[in-house]
Amino acid sequence: MATAAPASEPLRRFLQVARGAGLKVSAAEGIDAARTLDLVGFADRTVLRDSLGIVLAKTPEEKTAYEEVFDLYFKREEFAGPDDTEAEPPGEDRDAASNPANGVGGDGMGGQGGQSLGSLLESDDRAALATAMEQAAREAGIENIRFFTQRNLYARRILDRMGLRALERDMEAMRQTGTPEGLGRAQFLDGRIEALRDAVRDFVERNLLLYAKGETEKFREELLKSARLSNLERRDLDRMRVLVRQMAKKLAARYAKTRRRRLRGQLDTRRTLRRNMGWGGIPFITVWKQKRIEKPRVMVLCDVSGSVAAMAQFLLMFLYALNEALSDIRSFAFAGSLIEVSEILERAPVEEAISKIMDMIGYGSSNYGNSFADFEDGWMKFVTNKTTVIILGDARGNRTDPRTDVIGRLSQRSKQIIWLNPEYRSAWGTGDSDMYRYAPFCKLVTVCNTLRHLERTISDILETAT
Amino acid sequence: MNDALPEGDSPLRSIDAVELGLSQAGYIANRQISTAIYMAHHLQKPILVEGPAGVGKTELAKSVASWLKLPLIRMQCYEGLDESKALYEWKYGKQLLYTQILKDKINYVIGDHDDLTMALDKLHSFGDIFFSEEFLEPRPLLRSLQEPGGSVLLIDEIDKSDQEFEAFLLEILSDYQVTIPEIGTVHAIVPPIVLLTSNSTRDLGDALKRRCLHLHIGFPDDKLEAKIIASRVPGIDSRLLKQLVSFAQQLRALDLKKVPSVSETIDWAKIMLLLHTTVLDVDLVRDTLNVLLKFEADIEVAGKQLAGLTHKARQDAGVG
Repeated sequence: MATAAPASEPLRRFLQVARGAGLKVSAAEGIDAARTLDLVGFADRTVLRDSLGIVLAKTPEEKTAYEEVFDLYFKREEFAGPDDTEAEPPGEDRDAASNPANGVGGDGMGGQGGQSLGSLLESDDRAALATAMEQAAREAGIENIRFFTQRNLYARRILDRMGLRALERDMEAMRQTGTPEGLGRAQFLDGRIEALRDAVRDFVERNLLLYAKGETEKFREELLKSARLSNLERRDLDRMRVLVRQMAKKLAARYAKTRRRRLRGQLDTRRTLRRNMGWGGIPFITVWKQKRIEKPRVMVLCDVSGSVAAMAQFLLMFLYALNEALSDIRSFAFAGSLIEVSEILERAPVEEAISKIMDMIGYGSSNYGNSFADFEDGWMKFVTNKTTVIILGDARGNRTDPRTDVIGRLSQRSKQIIWLNPEYRSAWGTGDSDMYRYAPFCKLVTVCNTLRHLERTISDILETAT
Repeated sequence: MNDALPEGDSPLRSIDAVELGLSQAGYIANRQISTAIYMAHHLQKPILVEGPAGVGKTELAKSVASWLKLPLIRMQCYEGLDESKALYEWKYGKQLLYTQILKDKINYVIGDHDDLTMALDKLHSFGDIFFSEEFLEPRPLLRSLQEPGGSVLLIDEIDKSDQEFEAFLLEILSDYQVTIPEIGTVHAIVPPIVLLTSNSTRDLGDALKRRCLHLHIGFPDDKLEAKIIASRVPGIDSRLLKQLVSFAQQLRALDLKKVPSVSETIDWAKIMLLLHTTVLDVDLVRDTLNVLLKFEADIEVAGKQLAGLTHKARQDAGVG
């Protein structure tokens, strides 16, 4: 029982499909799946679904993806789909069907493929049609379909392999004869072909869902990660939110924990003695000094004024996610003046928090000097030499006093200041941009306008903020 | 479908048998849970059970143990748990004592060998007695491998332990064996049924997940929850039961910090039974709400809608 059976063909293909849908299926899990199949068999579909799910899907998200793909895949195997879709459209041809049916026997011309497809269509043998379609699809390499733009290409290929082109030639010949019989037949077949086209298109679309879902999703995510945050569209918001969350969670998991690193070579005398008290202070067990790596202490100042409004949404979203993940973080938002928003981010759900902050302070014209002065009055005393201050903004203060003196004091007091600017470097210092005036006080000034930038920079910060 | 299996009358012969057995042990399992236990036995793999707190993850292990009449060995994980607490430790005191004895008897042992080399040779022939099984203090993991009749090993809240510990578990999870440097590799006499639970406070490593079957237990639907409570709180009136379940299910739909789980509904049902309640009314619910909800803010949120919730619960149960 414990021996691993070689994966059967349907299972192998299912695993491939499952991987495409985003499940992480390793070889070991593939073997488990094969053993499971040996154990429970194909007979009871719900049992199979449950048990394969236990073996293959290992997170709630994976479970959902798995169930979706399982249903899609095994529904396809039943061939029920094509039959049903085909049954509807020919309805209007029913009366026409009786008419030319007499002439079928006398038809001897045309290529072999056209002949067989024609007779299949005429006899309305749906099971045979579905099988022919499956076969043609396999020959056309339907597993390789990746993008929705390929739908027509694959539909065409399948139809060609089923012999449509030859049939069309035959029908042309039928029409040329000019006899009412030939014309009627051609017309009848036209209706059938239309139905077949629909069925094939439907079939291709289902396969696209099956094989390409993971790929297209991955593709889209990649695109989103490197798209400029200010250019993102509203419909991408949800997906973006998921990405931002994932990213923040990943970062947090990596850095939130207090990590200990052993420093062999330095004996911790006090703790060694304490630990070996039980046997009269004879050091059976030695305890070495450990270096404790502290949690990062971060303060984030986020510009939410009109000039960076599109960007601010995402910055706040990221701030929100980071706030969930890290314990020791204080967040501030500013435009004309500055307020602390840690509490709002902590209490309210993400949508509400963001719109609340934007309502409270967002969209106005920014005054960096004033905002920094606010910060000095209210919160400078909480900044210690372990605090990393992150400022997100374009440094465009509408020609107000930049108050670089405040930033100067802040940089002396804090561990470091990091400035993330959504504008490209070429725009710094132009017009009312004060970037180069602030730059000397910052440990790092960098362009940050895509999600990928954001991830990389924050990751660097957390790494050095120890 | 299991005719081919050799143990035709084993309690784990089919998924239905597992479901029945668990229900006899007082655990009402859904199909997925029993499928997981069935497969864990037949594929000989550990199960990683995830889900919100209080849906019966730990209870599952206890029930499996009591149903199969196997000893339950439980290991609670926490930050800083290491192998000396999880696997084995040397009995230092005993070793020390033996050293003392050896010191007294050293002349006797060495005898009249004046030569140092010969004396050492003589000592060597005694073998490594200090690092033998005699001096080994087995901790949960080792104990579960040494159980002659098999056991149920529950590794509770694995997500609370360190990542290093997770890596250390891999050997026991995949091969049911552990390696003790001084002695060698200890194999399981009978592979235990291993359950790991996690509340997903952190993401577990892929290596661990790959070695486990994965079972997600969510909140049960109303029918299953009613069955669970009926089995845990015997003697409860069926109409009251319906009201309680309907109320709890409604609470779960609200936007709360921590929604009540099954264990809380059970506690609540016990209280209602003690109070001889048959019909829920708003005041009673308000007074006992702190059993279901554990956060002040949540109680506040739910408190505003109590009348509606109670009314709906009564309606669902077909009471006034």
